Amino acid sequence: MIGKWALRLGALGYLAFLLLVPVGLVFYRTFEHSFHPAWAAVTNPQALHALWLTLLIAAIAVPLNTLFGVTLAIALVRHRFPGRELVNAIVDLPLALSPVVVGLSLYLLYGTSGWLSGLADHGIKILFALPGMILATIFVSLPFVVREVVPVLREIGTDQEQAAETLGAAPLTVFRRITLPAIRWAVCYGVVLTTARAIGEFGAVSIVSGRIEGKTETLPLYVQSQFEGFNTTGAFAASVVLALIAATTVMAMRLFRPKGEA
Amino acid sequence: MATSPAAAVARPAGLAGRMGGGIARGMAIGYLSLIVLVPLAALVWSSRANGLGTFWDEVTKAEAASALKLTVVVSLLVAAFNAMAGTAIAWVLVRDSFPGKGFANAVIDLPFALPTIVAGLVLLELYGPNSPFGVDLAFQRTGLVLALLFVTLPFVVRAVQPVLLELDREMEEAAASLGARRFDVFRRIVFPNLLPAILSGVALAFARAVGEFGSVVLISGNIPFKTEVSSVYISGQIESGNAAGAAAVSVVLLLISLAVLLAIGAFRHWMTRDR
Repeated sequence: MIGKWALRLGALGYLAFLLLVPVGLVFYRTFEHSFHPAWAAVTNPQALHALWLTLLIAAIAVPLNTLFGVTLAIALVRHRFPGRELVNAIVDLPLALSPVVVGLSLYLLYGTSGWLSGLADHGIKILFALPGMILATIFVSLPFVVREVVPVLREIGTDQEQAAETLGAAPLTVFRRITLPAIRWAVCYGVVLTTARAIGEFGAVSIVSGRIEGKTETLPLYVQSQFEGFNTTGAFAASVVLALIAATTVMAMRLFRPKGEA
Repeated sequence: MATSPAAAVARPAGLAGRMGGGIARGMAIGYLSLIVLVPLAALVWSSRANGLGTFWDEVTKAEAASALKLTVVVSLLVAAFNAMAGTAIAWVLVRDSFPGKGFANAVIDLPFALPTIVAGLVLLELYGPNSPFGVDLAFQRTGLVLALLFVTLPFVVRAVQPVLLELDREMEEAAASLGARRFDVFRRIVFPNLLPAILSGVALAFARAVGEFGSVVLISGNIPFKTEVSSVYISGQIESGNAAGAAAVSVVLLLISLAVLLAIGAFRHWMTRDR
């Protein structure tokens, strides 16, 4: 009995002091004096622009990764093609790779002596601008939809799809009427994970954006610039906004989590 | 010709659809290559642009080598600690019951959902110079470890939980009825079943720790030879204009990531083979 209590206390104490108390303290510090300075800190033009940019990037990266993620998952599970194992491995790579390495790779590809530096000469600015930040965000958040949809596709098998096909349904109809309803919760869960990663991304975006205040600064970059500029109120208030988004994400994760995964 | 009207209509549409499927597949693979492969190829290309000698010099430069060593050692430490703490937390969340268990379970996802820079900031506030506990772990290796423990928390817990949920209790009950002590039941029956899941969680945690940037950048202070990890070193080299040095160390991190993914593939194979 003592062992059970010790284990429970140890596990919960660890969670409390590693996660809850630190996050709680920043909420407390933000509103310590009053609500107004914090509100002013997140509604100034620079903070609002950072929030807008963060949401804009997510609004572009998430639908693209969802569309191509579902297509890739179907290709990986339902089709045999040369290089399939390689594609499977590449999909996982962003999960295990440092965001700084991702940022540097894009920096070298589109930078002054990179293979695609020619784009800048034609007036297409990738680096230190929105396109580069979107590319970096797509890279780091790419695996989630694929990884959630693949196991569900494997589990449902092809019986129903084949039956529909035999009855004369066109492939797109089979997808819309049979496959999509079966994978929709997995897609939702993948979208939640992708969105969380896209909104929170720091390392990769920090390198490709050049961190130009009021221009290429996302909300996570704003947190750092305010903290380093000794505006802790601003850094804390923006952190609280991001933490509230994270809390919403966690709730959405509980809603869509596949069965059997606790 | 006894073809039904439906099939006669469906066939051309089916062909067009199949072609459409092929095009969609090709586009998706093209997208993957353009987003992931081409930039990484550019990285590897740049790292060896000035010859292998330069690559080696950059990797073995005192500051770079020290950062790499610190990164690997600290990440191994953090991964090993996660093996224990993560398994214990998963055990408590599956086998124990107490008020607020659903909340505790949800909190595990927080490090995933919280932006890493915010994670670093909140840890610095609680364990840094303004700590209400009177400890100051900022600019120290302990602070670095703390940040990495925060961001890697979910991996082992979430890998072990489903396996523990599915585990048949009958084996444990049989062992217990034959007189095995609780710890022996865990060691001889439960642990071997969890091991592949623990290992794949540990591998992911290790990979995450090796590459982590956002959460360590504020709390570690980035002091060369003391608290500077590779990701921070790379970002510093980019800012000071040494792209070759940044690329060389990045290629080493890329190789570590690939090795970890290979290991995880092997653990997964092991897990499914046993069933």
